[in-house]
Amino acid sequence: MKVKSSFGASYTEYEVGDIVMLAKDKPLKLLNGASIENFPLAYQTYGKLNKDKSNAILICHALTGDQYVASKNPVTNKEGWWSSMVGANKPIDTNKFFVICSNVIGGCMGSFGPKSIDVKTNKPYGISFPFITIHDMVNAQNLLIQELGIDKLHAVIGGSAGGMQVLSWALLYPHKINIAIPIATSYRHSPQNIAFHEVGRQAIMADSNFCSGDYIIHKKFPSKGLAVARMTAHITYLSEKSLQKKFGRNLQDKESLSFHFQPDFQVESYLHHQGYSFVERFDPNSYLYITKAVDYFDLEADGGSRLANVFGKSEVNKNLKFYVISFSDDWLFPVSESRKLVSTLNSCNINVSSIEIESGAGHDSFLIGNNVLENAIIGAISYL
Amino acid sequence: MKKNIGQNIVKHKIRFDLEIIASIIRNNSKVLDIGCGDGELLQYLNINNNSDARGIELSSSLVSQCLAKGLSVIQGDAENDLSYYPDNSFDYAILSHTIQATHRPDQIIEEMLRVANCAIISMPNFAHINNRLHLLVNGTMPVNETIPFQWYETPNIHFCSINDFKNLCRKLNLNIKREIFLTEKKIIRSKLYANLFARYAIFVVVKNELGANYEFEFANKALANPKRLLV
Repeated sequence: MKVKSSFGASYTEYEVGDIVMLAKDKPLKLLNGASIENFPLAYQTYGKLNKDKSNAILICHALTGDQYVASKNPVTNKEGWWSSMVGANKPIDTNKFFVICSNVIGGCMGSFGPKSIDVKTNKPYGISFPFITIHDMVNAQNLLIQELGIDKLHAVIGGSAGGMQVLSWALLYPHKINIAIPIATSYRHSPQNIAFHEVGRQAIMADSNFCSGDYIIHKKFPSKGLAVARMTAHITYLSEKSLQKKFGRNLQDKESLSFHFQPDFQVESYLHHQGYSFVERFDPNSYLYITKAVDYFDLEADGGSRLANVFGKSEVNKNLKFYVISFSDDWLFPVSESRKLVSTLNSCNINVSSIEIESGAGHDSFLIGNNVLENAIIGAISYL
Repeated sequence: MKKNIGQNIVKHKIRFDLEIIASIIRNNSKVLDIGCGDGELLQYLNINNNSDARGIELSSSLVSQCLAKGLSVIQGDAENDLSYYPDNSFDYAILSHTIQATHRPDQIIEEMLRVANCAIISMPNFAHINNRLHLLVNGTMPVNETIPFQWYETPNIHFCSINDFKNLCRKLNLNIKREIFLTEKKIIRSKLYANLFARYAIFVVVKNELGANYEFEFANKALANPKRLLV
């Protein structure tokens, strides 16, 4: 049952494409102890699976991404979030590869998330939704891959929180993938990043329309809080240099300072636009849950404070190849964290390649067309 | 991997000294090329030696070229990143035309022989007669094809001669299993005057405790163009 049918026309329902029900026979145990069963996962596929099912590539989306990696997003009407990279005759060529991208659990684009209806109460879960982790997201993706009848993925590729999922795949299912390409990511979420996330969560929860997470039931929406959360986060996706280059101190539609609290500067208008367009497409509770999942990600802690323990002890298939890609001006997931990941993989005798790409767009560089990134990915997935 | 990597490369001639290095390396071995550049040797080894060849390269644009060819290369610095590899994880560690640009060549060699059983090091010979004459006659630092930089911009901070290198190996208690002396295109057979007439040298070095029989393990493959051997 969809939320809209319960709550009427005032609630925006999204078109989400293909949905598969997973864990029908055996519940999926989450890291927090809860189990979920018969839950929906929304996904898109591109290209054709070959006869021996050896050409499947899983793309993992970032924090607020979705399954529309290479096709028009029905909510925003924009091209897919990585359509420069994925598609026919694109670097991840859908003429050759069968590309799968699913909405993470906890998400709001059709997969099991806080706005799903709890059959026990016949209401949306809200903040009674179980806490999920990056590993849980990957376990759910694994069920999808099984459902699609694929034993082994040619590659798993993702940036940012998607890159965390790639690392999680390599640890949980090393025998099921040939190539892992974590991009602009880290083995753990840094304290500074957690701090930014917490500002976002607090903004959402401080909004009087939040209604303790039950805003759908109350037919309200904490749009101001969610917009502030997005604005804060968006700053971390850019870089000082890119803001300087894009906006400088230029004023927005005016000749002189207004001496009002309306936006004076272009950078302010830009942030407002980012914040309020995000509100149109994202569920505040999903934002709370997914940011928390990203904050909880810490492979170093999983290894008892030693990263090498995780990769050294796990059954990481010796045939599994890593390509760790980072960007020079990404301060959210700085190059230093990728270096630590690479040196750890090296110390565990794992086949790893790495590149630090010269960039000017901060963390978001991985989403923007870039020859070096494209050539590295083509090289990585074309040879085995 | 390997066979698929750029069929166009099979006919491709690699740099003469790299070809000699490749001829020393046994098939099916694990190789680490430190300062691998655009991956020329790695690609050659993958295709022709069926080796598991990996590289370290400092320059992002060169790493990019390597990755585009499907090679396993990390962007890193020999002096920092070598330390992360476990002991004896490779059969061979190669350092080609780089040792003179490192801060501590002695430490690099020791690190190479920690991660690999055998180090293959190629280097320009600073004591070549032309360099000696250049310094004697002109009184300025030599600049030529082998060492193409002016003194103020050269990355080569630790130039040494063939004799210097041998002395270092003696000091580090390392065993030079093979030494090959080259002009631009030819191997010099006479070892007596190598320090005077060789432009480059290639040394195959192992730890002394590895024993006298180790050299039988080296491949001794014919070069693609044996005529060049006739000096």
